[in-house]
Amino acid sequence: MIVLKQKPLEWILDAVKNYDSVLIVGCNGCSGIYQVGGEKQAEAMKLLLEMASEIKLKKNLEVETCTVLRQCDRDLVASSLRPLIRRMKGHKAILSMACGVGVQTISEIFPEIPVIPGCDTLFIGMRTKEFGEFYEFCRACGDCILFETGGICPVTRCAKGLLNGPCGGMREGKCEVDPERDCAWVLIYERLKAQGRLDLFIKFRPPRDHRITIGPRVWRGE
Amino acid sequence: MKRIYSRLMEELLSGKFVFTAEIEAGKTTSLDKVIEAAKMLKNYVTAINITDNPGACAHMNPLVPAYVIQRDVGVEAVYQITCRDRNRIAIISDLLAAAALGIRNVLALTGDHVTMGDNPEAKPVFDLDSASLVYLIRRMVDEGVDLAGNKIEGEVKFHVGIAANPNAMPLELEILKIERKVRLGIDFIQTQCVFDMELTKEFLREVKKFNVPVLVGICPIRSIGMMKWYIKECPGGIKIPMEIQERLLTARERRGKKGVLEESIEISAELIKEIRKTTSAAGVHIMAIGFEWVIPQIIERTGLKC
Ligand code: SF4
Ligand code: SF4
Repeated sequence: MIVLKQKPLEWILDAVKNYDSVLIVGCNGCSGIYQVGGEKQAEAMKLLLEMASEIKLKKNLEVETCTVLRQCDRDLVASSLRPLIRRMKGHKAILSMACGVGVQTISEIFPEIPVIPGCDTLFIGMRTKEFGEFYEFCRACGDCILFETGGICPVTRCAKGLLNGPCGGMREGKCEVDPERDCAWVLIYERLKAQGRLDLFIKFRPPRDHRITIGPRVWRGE
Repeated sequence: MKRIYSRLMEELLSGKFVFTAEIEAGKTTSLDKVIEAAKMLKNYVTAINITDNPGACAHMNPLVPAYVIQRDVGVEAVYQITCRDRNRIAIISDLLAAAALGIRNVLALTGDHVTMGDNPEAKPVFDLDSASLVYLIRRMVDEGVDLAGNKIEGEVKFHVGIAANPNAMPLELEILKIERKVRLGIDFIQTQCVFDMELTKEFLREVKKFNVPVLVGICPIRSIGMMKWYIKECPGGIKIPMEIQERLLTARERRGKKGVLEESIEISAELIKEIRKTTSAAGVHIMAIGFEWVIPQIIERTGLKC
């Protein structure tokens, strides 16, 4: 999933200060599942903004909320937001609680309205064992090698993104960059060993074709 | 029959016990120190490695001192290349320059991460890794082409070495990693420093099957602080047996700072003699950055150099 975190309230308050009405748009996709910007967080943000604008900005900000199932879905966003936007008064802005894709989906559909990102999009990853701890798992490299690496992505989880690791810095299974974190290549070795596929560990992987990831990336389907 | 381009390779294959050493280019605009150190080491070692931005610290481009010690001092260089700071285009370009300047030995390394260095905000490159760097050099030497297959004018004459760590755990992983590069085609191995002879012997037994000459890393220890750094922090991990730790600590107690270094020179010489006597290593690679003057003393004390 996309891992994100809310921007500080002061930042958001500063961004909304010149508007009369703000529509907070939550997303029940990644953002909601990780309780960063789903329905509940959108409601909580409404209360916070109303209170903070009254106390700090000394004005009555009109705040509405609307949460869509997935903010990266154009059709869903268009149909749920259109009637609400029409009702908004004065200087309007939208505060998106989704990832950068959600923010841009709204912007594309309603180009006349400024959209404020309420979150910082961090990476594609997941929550590991511990609550509130998220790790990056995929860099969307466009040429997935997970089958060869025991389901552990070295492009993302090795600090150097090595295709033929580990490097000489590995220390007792830990990464040279952060001794708290496992060396991805040791994990790969252990996983492949357990699967009886160490031949894949020895396999040489030639350098990547970086043309695949030169942006902006477009996929036109097949 | 293998083609031989360098004196280092010739000696590694001759069965003679080979000594190499290492010098840093330094964050400097002067070549004086490098030249001075190379002159001092010249009669003791077959070749001298010049490090490439070691520990991710921005130093002088190592190709310059590598060339200068060959030309002005008359001692062969092992030009170290890491993948941290340059993409494949820059590396190919540097290799072509090195070939033109008569560099014949290259050590292919991944490189410490930029966050470990003196410009930690830098963008890490790692377009290649140490294995694909070996692959690139092989293509240049064997096929006369670059990575994408573009023809190179003139011959490329390099021997390519890799680094390995006998202290690495698990050892099996380290051996598999070496095997990956052996299959690509390497000419020699230079190891991380070793202090533990048991680990060293086991490592050498395991790599024997590859039939690649190994230069075992020897690092004299300058201070107790340095010893602790090796044990606790050094990337890759180094094992120092209790007995050696105690000898150094006692030396420090009895004879102070100078005593540590004296004891360490003695330990280094003992390790080298033991390696010579009991293993199949082709030689040793001595690293004493900043106090290279101990290297001749160590070598003399081994009695292995006539
Ligand atoms: S190899 Fe890694 S970065 Fe590439 S697609 Fe697979 S998981 Fe994502
Ligand atoms: S220690 Fe492992 S994870 Fe860290 S950079 Fe080296 S190979 Fe990658």
